[in-house]
Amino acid sequence: MTMRRGMILGIAAVVLLAAGLAQAAEPIKIGAIFSVTGPASFLGEPEKNTAKMLEEDINKSGGLLGRKVEIIVYDDQTDATEAVKAVDRLIKNDKVAAIIGPSTSGSTLAIVPKVEEAKIPLVSCAAARKIVEPVKKWVFKTPQSDLLAVRQIFRHAAKSGIKKIAIVTASDAFGAAGREELKDQAPKMGLTIVADEVFGPKDTDMTAQLTKIKGTDAQAIICWGTNPGPAVIARNRVQLGMKTPLYMSHGVASKKFIELAGVANAEGILLPAGRLIVEGQVDAKHPQKKLLASYIKEYEGKFKQPVSTFGGHAWDAVMLVAEAIKITKSAEPAAIRDGLEKVKKFYGTAGEFNFTPEEHNGLTDEAFVMVKIAKGEWEMLK
Amino acid sequence: MASASQLLQYVISGVTVGSTYGLTALGFTMIFNTTEIINFAQGEFVMLGGMLAVFAIRWGGVPLPAAVALSVLLATAIGVVIDRLTIRPVRGRSVIALIIITIGVSILLRGGAMLLFGKDTYSLQAFSGGAPILIGGAALLPQSLWVVGITLFTLLGMKFFFDRTISGKAMLACSCDRKAASLMGINVEAMVTLSFAFSALVGSLGGVILAPITLTSFDVGILLGLKGFAACILGGMGNPFGAVAGGVLIGVLESLGAGLLSSGYKDAVAFVILLALLFVRPTGLFGKRMTERV
Repeated sequence: MTMRRGMILGIAAVVLLAAGLAQAAEPIKIGAIFSVTGPASFLGEPEKNTAKMLEEDINKSGGLLGRKVEIIVYDDQTDATEAVKAVDRLIKNDKVAAIIGPSTSGSTLAIVPKVEEAKIPLVSCAAARKIVEPVKKWVFKTPQSDLLAVRQIFRHAAKSGIKKIAIVTASDAFGAAGREELKDQAPKMGLTIVADEVFGPKDTDMTAQLTKIKGTDAQAIICWGTNPGPAVIARNRVQLGMKTPLYMSHGVASKKFIELAGVANAEGILLPAGRLIVEGQVDAKHPQKKLLASYIKEYEGKFKQPVSTFGGHAWDAVMLVAEAIKITKSAEPAAIRDGLEKVKKFYGTAGEFNFTPEEHNGLTDEAFVMVKIAKGEWEMLK
Repeated sequence: MASASQLLQYVISGVTVGSTYGLTALGFTMIFNTTEIINFAQGEFVMLGGMLAVFAIRWGGVPLPAAVALSVLLATAIGVVIDRLTIRPVRGRSVIALIIITIGVSILLRGGAMLLFGKDTYSLQAFSGGAPILIGGAALLPQSLWVVGITLFTLLGMKFFFDRTISGKAMLACSCDRKAASLMGINVEAMVTLSFAFSALVGSLGGVILAPITLTSFDVGILLGLKGFAACILGGMGNPFGAVAGGVLIGVLESLGAGLLSSGYKDAVAFVILLALLFVRPTGLFGKRMTERV
C-alpha cells in the first residue's frame, strides 16, 4: 500500500515537475506587424530586421525572466485590412502577450479596437499623434510626433528672425498631418503663413508651386513629405534661383534624400532629426550615445545596409516592452501594460521615454535636434 | 496677381512636363495606329528607359551616352519579346482582350523591375549640365530643351514615317482593315511587331531623357501612362500631332492651375477642362470624325 502510494506521489511529482519545466521553457511571445512589402516597405523592412536582431540578442543574453523571447512578425503589405487579419491571428492563434507595430498610422488606427477588446498592449511604430491622443489605455507609440518636429523647426526659424513662412506639403497622409500641425502651431509661435501649397506624392515638377511662393514675401519655405517629392522641391528651388531658406521634415532624414536631390541642391537645407543619423556628432557623454553606436554597428554589420530612423522605432518598441516586463516581473498582457506606464528615463533611439498614464508617447522636444546639410553630410546644429 | 515672369515660368514648366506626357502619348499612337490596341504597358516602356540607363551606369559602369543607347536598345528588344510572347499567340481576338493583356504586361514589367532594381527612387545625371538658363526672369533647364527637342524630332519622324514610307502606310493599312491589308501582301504580323518595337523605342527614349528631371523608380510608369493616355484622348486618338499637342496642353493647364488657382486642385483643373473639351468634341481636338458606312 505504502509502496503504491509512494509510486503515485512519485508520478505526480514527475508530472508536476514536467509541467513546471514546460512553463519555464515556454517562450514569451511578442507579436509584430510591419509593412515589409508594399509602398511603406521602407519602414517595415528595417523594422522587421531590427526586431529579429533584438530577439536573437535578448535570447543570447538569457532571455527575459529566465524565459526565451519569440517575436512573431506578420507583414501587412501596407494594407490596413491585412493588419486587422494579422492582429486577429496574433491574438487568437499565437496568443501573444504584447504587440509591436504596425508601421503606418492607418494600420495602427485600424487595429486599435482589436487590441483594446482583447486587452493586449500595443506599442506602435507609426507617427500620427492621433494614435496616443486622446490617451488609449492599451496603446503606446515610439516615433516622435509631428508636433515635436514642427516646434523644433519653428523655434529655429523664430531664432533666425523669420516672421513669414510658406508651406508646401505632400497630398498624402504624412504631408496632410504635417500641414495641419504647421497651420496649428504657426500662430502660437508668432509666424504667419503667406503661402500654403500642395504637391502630389508622385509629382515630378514643383516649379509652379515654388514660382508662386517666389512671388510672396515668405522668408522661409517649409516642405513636408517623404521621398521623392521633397527631393524634387530641393532641385526646383535651386533651378529657379531661389535663395529662401528651406526647411524639410524629419520624413527625409536619410542619405537617400541627399542622393536624390543632388549634393549641390541639398546644400544648406535644414531639418529636425533624431540623433541616430548624426550619432558621430553626438556628445560622448550623451545618454543615448552608447546605444546608438552599438545599434548602428550591429545593424550595419548584419544587414550590410545603413540604419534608418524607422528601424530605430522598432528597436525602441521591443526594448520598451522588455523594460516593462523587467519592471513588473511578469509577462502577462495586463502587467506589461502597467509596466509600460512605469517606464521612466528610458533611453531609446528616438530619445528619452517617460511614460505616464496620461502620456503614451513619452518623448519631449529634446528628442529632435536640428540638422543642416553641408557638402552632402549631416551637420548637427548646437 | 501673377507677374509676367511668373506666368512665363508657369508656361515653361508646363511645356516641359507636357512634353513628357506627349512623348508617352506618341508611343500609344504608334501601336494604336497599327492594331487599334491601347497599350497600357506604354508607361512601363518609359520606366524601363530610365531605370535601365540608371543601372547600366551603376552596375555596368558605362558612360552616359552608351547607357542611353543600351537602355533604348534593350527596351526595344523587350517590346518585341512582349509582342511575340503575349500578343501574337492570341491574334485575332477582340481588341478589348488584347488591351487587357497589355494591362497584365504592365503589371509584370513593373513587378519585374521592382524585384530586379528595388523600390528606391534614382536620379540620372543631366545630359548637358544642370545650370538653368534664365529668360525674362524665368528659369529653363537645359534638359528641358532636350525633352522638347526630342519630342519634336520624334513627332516629325513619325509624321514622315506614316505619310511617306511604304512601311508606315502598310502599318496604317493594318489598322484600317487587317484582312484587306493581308490580302494586299502586307505582312500584318511583322507590322505589329514593328509597331511594338517602335513604341518601346519612343517610350524608352522618353524615359531616358526624362529621368534627369523627374527622377525615376519602378512605378513612374503608372502616372505617365495615365497622363499620356489622357493626352492621346485630348489630341484625338491615332494622330501623332494631336498626341503631342494634347500632352503639352495638359502640362500647361496643370502648371497654370497650380500657379494661378491652387496647387491642391492641380490635377482637377486639367481634367475638368479635358472633360469639358470632350463634351464639345468627342473625337478630341485633332481627331477625325468617325463615319460608319453602312
